[in-house]
Amino acid sequence: MSVQLDHVTRAVDGIDTIRDVSLELDRGTLSVLLGPTLSGKTSIMRLLAGLDRPNSGRVLVDGKDVTGVDVRKRSVAMVYQQFINYPSLSVYENIASPLRVQGKPRGEIERRVRDAAKLLKLEPYLERTPLQLSGGQQQRTAIARALVKGADLVLLDEPLANLDYKLREELRTELPRIFEASGAIFVYATTEPSEALLLGGRTICMWEGEALQAGDTAKVYRRPDTLRVAQVFSDPPLNIVGIEKQNGTVQYAGGIKAPASGLYAALGDGPYRVGFRAHQLEVANGIAGRHAFSAEVSVTEITGSESFVHLKRGDSNWVAVLQGVHEYAPGDTLDAALDPDDLFVFDAAGRLVAAPGAM
Amino acid sequence: MARIDLVDLAHSYSGPAADPETWALKPISMTWRQGGAYALLGPSGCGKTTLLNLISGIVAPSRGQILFDGRDITPLSTQKRNIAQVFQFPVIYDTMTVGENLAFPLKNRGVPKAEIDARVGEIARLLDLAPYLNRKATRLTADAKQKISLGRGLVRSDVAAVLFDEPLTVIDPELKWQLRSKLKALHRELDLTMIYVTHDQTEALTFADTVVVMHDGRVVQSGTPAELFDRPEHTFVGYFIGSPGMNIVPAEVNGREARIGGHPIALNRSYDRLPADANIEVGVRPEFVEVAAPAPDLLTASIERIDDLGRVRFARVRIGDVKFAARVPPGFSTADAQAGLKFDPSRVHVYADSRLVEGAA
Repeated sequence: MSVQLDHVTRAVDGIDTIRDVSLELDRGTLSVLLGPTLSGKTSIMRLLAGLDRPNSGRVLVDGKDVTGVDVRKRSVAMVYQQFINYPSLSVYENIASPLRVQGKPRGEIERRVRDAAKLLKLEPYLERTPLQLSGGQQQRTAIARALVKGADLVLLDEPLANLDYKLREELRTELPRIFEASGAIFVYATTEPSEALLLGGRTICMWEGEALQAGDTAKVYRRPDTLRVAQVFSDPPLNIVGIEKQNGTVQYAGGIKAPASGLYAALGDGPYRVGFRAHQLEVANGIAGRHAFSAEVSVTEITGSESFVHLKRGDSNWVAVLQGVHEYAPGDTLDAALDPDDLFVFDAAGRLVAAPGAM
Repeated sequence: MARIDLVDLAHSYSGPAADPETWALKPISMTWRQGGAYALLGPSGCGKTTLLNLISGIVAPSRGQILFDGRDITPLSTQKRNIAQVFQFPVIYDTMTVGENLAFPLKNRGVPKAEIDARVGEIARLLDLAPYLNRKATRLTADAKQKISLGRGLVRSDVAAVLFDEPLTVIDPELKWQLRSKLKALHRELDLTMIYVTHDQTEALTFADTVVVMHDGRVVQSGTPAELFDRPEHTFVGYFIGSPGMNIVPAEVNGREARIGGHPIALNRSYDRLPADANIEVGVRPEFVEVAAPAPDLLTASIERIDDLGRVRFARVRIGDVKFAARVPPGFSTADAQAGLKFDPSRVHVYADSRLVEGAA
């Protein structure tokens, strides 16, 4: 089975919430919708589910137009940010409820509920009611119910957002295995780049109602088509600096002039914007071949495993992430160094023209 | 601003007669220094919000006292405690301008107008709200509204403490970075005692000079982010801080050697007098174990998965039945999903019944 959005646009009160989005989702795949709040993630899910109708464009299932078909006639399950369960039913009955609605025989219900409970580690809690469970267990119950339904399309809208950090971490590492075991089409919305990376699969980068780029998650991360995609897919935020290439040199905005080595070598003369993630910015003196800037420390954040050094250079704010504990005081001046072989270069229109590895 | 002493403070929601093990907050005594930035960190139900509510006066303790600069304020109402609070969701007046919202706590206390203007101007500048001072608050985004809430919490310079209850939960990741570093800069400039409650280790570790880790109604460790990372005093701290958390595995420990699944691991210190009936475990963070090609002198593990987090990769491996996480060095690859684990002996800790054991040099 496959689900397809074909040039779909949806407007609410005359304002486009989804602009000309085309997507194809195949059986047994996981697609992450990654983007900030209001970028269109939930709107896409509602269109896929048949809860909303597009103003133009088509929704296809296995190539067949289902644009006007009611959600109840489609094979869809949804999990929301808020845990939604039946408070008066046991965990077992919560998970079993879609199968009871489908009128499945008792033996099959028993088997499928046990399987789902095992997958989601809910076996010890089947006799409890949801309110006797932790938030993580409640959300696992909701996910188990969505899985047991056997729907072709499972939509998860920021399912971990309301959970404690550590629980989120645990469920995140379990989910890819659970998805793999199920074989349905999974769509997972999140605002967090690290979540997309952990889930793997495919990522669709959303921005202001547009699907900017879709592809293998690691590939979209390592080869963002545009500056905007790189920004959406960076946490800490992407660092950016303008450059002008001329006669074998690069002039950094408000800063140094350096030989156009590394990725700069093949560029034509002209203005560009350079993007680099926090781990691509080094704080060190005198490494050969690096382009070094003098920058002022505004704040250092230390987690123990890493230190995030916030730097100010003229009008721009950069973040560098260093391994281990590094205490820099506000106002300190540091040498921040870029490796001309390890950065992203975008043209004046924001399109990627150079990246680490072969283009 | 004030020094805060918690003296044998404890709370039970079912009254003081309840079984002490069921109390939401077990007795604690601590001193928080004036001008410090503290985070209360722990999972849901650990008692962190109870502790915050005791300090703000929303909840009256079942026992113990709270002192502000040596003065017992336990019987005082929230209003009389002279504190400022910032909540998870923005609390602002839609009909007022941004400037009027910021000025509100000062106006309420009859602060002279010139002083109000100066302070509101300073806070607005620090939070990048200066251009919006004359705008009505109603049409702003949730992010901007939460910034105003933060500003209102910080505008009074005479408060004993500013209490934050999960203030960045509703904020998108990119703005979180900005607000977090702003808050840290504000703390430096304003010399206020700040107490920040969160379940998010990144927020706690990056904001606070001292992080108080809570578990099951108790403070299990209080220290700098580096201390919590480098020397967890309790296995819960090892697990809860760090992402992934510390590997904690059953082991036999003798002198300068630990055995995990029968395989010897060198230790930097000597452990000769471990309690005989205690549950002995070793703890080592994934950052300090590296996967390598299998070799006779390395502990062998099977690789189940490699998580690529962009700037770092962690292998999820298995040693027998024990799950383990280890760092993947750049360029590592293995043919048959088998790997050897290389430990950094100076980073391997020993725990007896979940408590850190000091080895001998």
